[in-house]
Amino acid sequence: MSSSPLSASGLAEIASSEASLRRFLHGLPGIDAVGLQARAAGLGTRSIKTTAKAYAIDLAISMIDLTTLEGADTPGKVRSLCQKARNPDPGDPSVPHTAAVCVYPDMVPIAKEALGGAPINVAAVATAFPSGRAGLPVKLADTAEAVAAGADEVDMVIDRGAFLSGRYLEIYELIAEIKKACVRPDGTAAHLKVIFETGELVTYDNIRRASWLAMLAGADFIKTSTGKVAVNATPANTLVLLEAVRDFRAATGVQVGVKPAGGIRTTKDAMKYLVMVNEILGDDWLSPDWFRFGASSLLNDLLMQRQKLASGRYSGPDYVTVD
Amino acid sequence: MAQLFEYAPAPESRAAAGDIASTYGHYIDGEFVESTGSEALKTVDPSTEEVLAEFAQGTEGDVDRAVAAARKAFTSWSALPGVERGKYLFRIARIIQERSRELAVLESIDNGKPIKETRDVDLPLVAAHFFYYAGWADKLEFAGYGPNPRPVGVAAQVIPWNFPLLMLAWKIAPALATGNTVVLKPAETTPLTALRFAEICRQAGLPKGVVNIVTGDGRTGAALTGHPGVDKVAFTGSTEVGRAIARTLAGTRTRLSLELGGKAANIVFDDAPVDQAVEGIVDGIFFNQGHVCCAGSRLLVQESVHDEVLEALKRRMSTLRVGDPLDKNTDIGAINSAAQLARIQELTTAGEAEGAERWSPSCELPAAGYWFAPTVFSNVSATHRIAREEIFGPVLSVLTFRTPEEAVAKANNTPYGLSAGIWTEKGSRILWTASRLRAGVVWSNTFNKFDPTSPFGGYKESGYGREGGRHGLEAYLDV
Repeated sequence: MSSSPLSASGLAEIASSEASLRRFLHGLPGIDAVGLQARAAGLGTRSIKTTAKAYAIDLAISMIDLTTLEGADTPGKVRSLCQKARNPDPGDPSVPHTAAVCVYPDMVPIAKEALGGAPINVAAVATAFPSGRAGLPVKLADTAEAVAAGADEVDMVIDRGAFLSGRYLEIYELIAEIKKACVRPDGTAAHLKVIFETGELVTYDNIRRASWLAMLAGADFIKTSTGKVAVNATPANTLVLLEAVRDFRAATGVQVGVKPAGGIRTTKDAMKYLVMVNEILGDDWLSPDWFRFGASSLLNDLLMQRQKLASGRYSGPDYVTVD
Repeated sequence: MAQLFEYAPAPESRAAAGDIASTYGHYIDGEFVESTGSEALKTVDPSTEEVLAEFAQGTEGDVDRAVAAARKAFTSWSALPGVERGKYLFRIARIIQERSRELAVLESIDNGKPIKETRDVDLPLVAAHFFYYAGWADKLEFAGYGPNPRPVGVAAQVIPWNFPLLMLAWKIAPALATGNTVVLKPAETTPLTALRFAEICRQAGLPKGVVNIVTGDGRTGAALTGHPGVDKVAFTGSTEVGRAIARTLAGTRTRLSLELGGKAANIVFDDAPVDQAVEGIVDGIFFNQGHVCCAGSRLLVQESVHDEVLEALKRRMSTLRVGDPLDKNTDIGAINSAAQLARIQELTTAGEAEGAERWSPSCELPAAGYWFAPTVFSNVSATHRIAREEIFGPVLSVLTFRTPEEAVAKANNTPYGLSAGIWTEKGSRILWTASRLRAGVVWSNTFNKFDPTSPFGGYKESGYGREGGRHGLEAYLDV
């Protein structure tokens, strides 16, 4: 990242050909895996106590995309998820609501209805989630269906096969097309989150390139994983995304959000991610507008820790609702 | 720095340090004894200036007693089979692990360094050194120094205040493993963990006189290193004192190893992994408040990426937390002493006067205690004092270079040669550069990594002899 800001025309120039896009992405500074992991682990050792912890727990709850992405999803399951998103702890109205619920496109109308007028977004995974293995028309139709049904946010997956075989321009164009499909008839647009499936991209250099590629193509959020593979969000791969959005804003003035997803289950883990956001990006990203957790079981652990802070005692899983 | 998410303080308990006596004598021949002199020194907590304890200023008489005890113990200790000596060392290592929280807190209080470093770096390494050399004790004939390497005798060891317990481990573990007995003098600002280590020697049942601890300042050190009854002197500290010791011992049969100052070059090439290089720069100079002889205090950045690296470095420095060493979130603790603080202030003032550009993040420093904000000087040229002299504080000088040849020339252009760092994504460049740097340790794409298996020591005015690893045995063997 040069410290000289990239202009709009400069950005367009980068994606003008496969060759120039490749030159740009491969010109990004490398990542030393050992050093990156050491830094992520180091941030994980910050000790969070009392007032800071109480603040961070509520912040984490308000950043959750409460998610159900199962083949067995039913309207009933989605409705109870929405209820939980609105009112996570029936015994304590001071608990904030989550940022969004995240469902498959066909469940969007159910979720919209169940949420009523609550200020909670509906996010839909689209573009042949989670594999991304479908032709462009299918992916566009998938997205259009979700947007038409009222999705506020679209979580798309990139074609990892295309990425690994170096067809960056194809992915750039896919993201740009999906971004267009997110536009509603009234001219507003659903927020576009781009999922890399970092576990399949394997190297940190690949993850940084994917981050820049998505941001260049217009992503509003970049997201680590689908939650459907062996390696999902890790502190280290999330750190790469955080550094990328920081550098992208420095270069272009455009701020992009970050969403680690999959495998974040405990309050302790969530705290580590918030510490990373705090120290790498600072206040500007410490809000649900710019940082999200893609998680389903994290919420209950946060609620139990919240109850423990309030009462001084640990109650146990029967004191929070199963869904 | 972020205000939205302020961490609550997370202090470690001072009580975990255990009882600190109001006065300490020496540890000689397995007993805690009073000094033959009446002079006492005070050790303070550098973060509060509170007096922690008084301790004896060792006299020549004290040194005589300690050396005599070590001499007497040498006969039986050196005759023990290696496997038996190893058992004592393993026992000491395990006790250090068991008491590591106590030792970490005590070290933080006495030295001013953050608990994060004593707990996560110092103490694990201290135990590791004892474990490592315990393993060598019964294998000395396979170390490459002949079929029957013999111990040297009585070792006089003088250690500095920057890593009190770690330097003790570097000195005592190989000496005992090879069958020597020791008289060790800790620094006058940080004697407490060495005295606590004496308790551990008792707890381990170490035979009397094998380890003796004599406290005091430079006068005690001079009496010890110049004592005719010692066979070996090992010193870690300033080049100036090292020279004086070398002069004293010149022409005698006493062996000497010196580990002295440094002004290490940390070289960042234009293809370096920037974010990790910045971490390495921070670790290189701000680790342990810069009180590190191998600190990467001269940053050599390729001109084409200078602005980018400096900007990223300043951003990173803004997130460093300076303050209470016992807070688990503290990155930079207190400067060890008023004298050291004055020295850092003098050199940084000189840096400004010579025209270098000074920058520190805005951070509030506590009112009491000795503090110095992390500082970076840019526009530094090779002729500036801050680019030549060891500052021994959290102060970084940034210089630039244009080609790899120039980087090597500038890196080597120093009277010192303890360590160096290389940051590049290109493996061949790492090898090319490392083979041309005149420094005892060269780290590539990392910095300040220590391990008991890895030898450590200097070129030129950074001293001679090696500590650590198989090489570290040689200093204590008659080979």
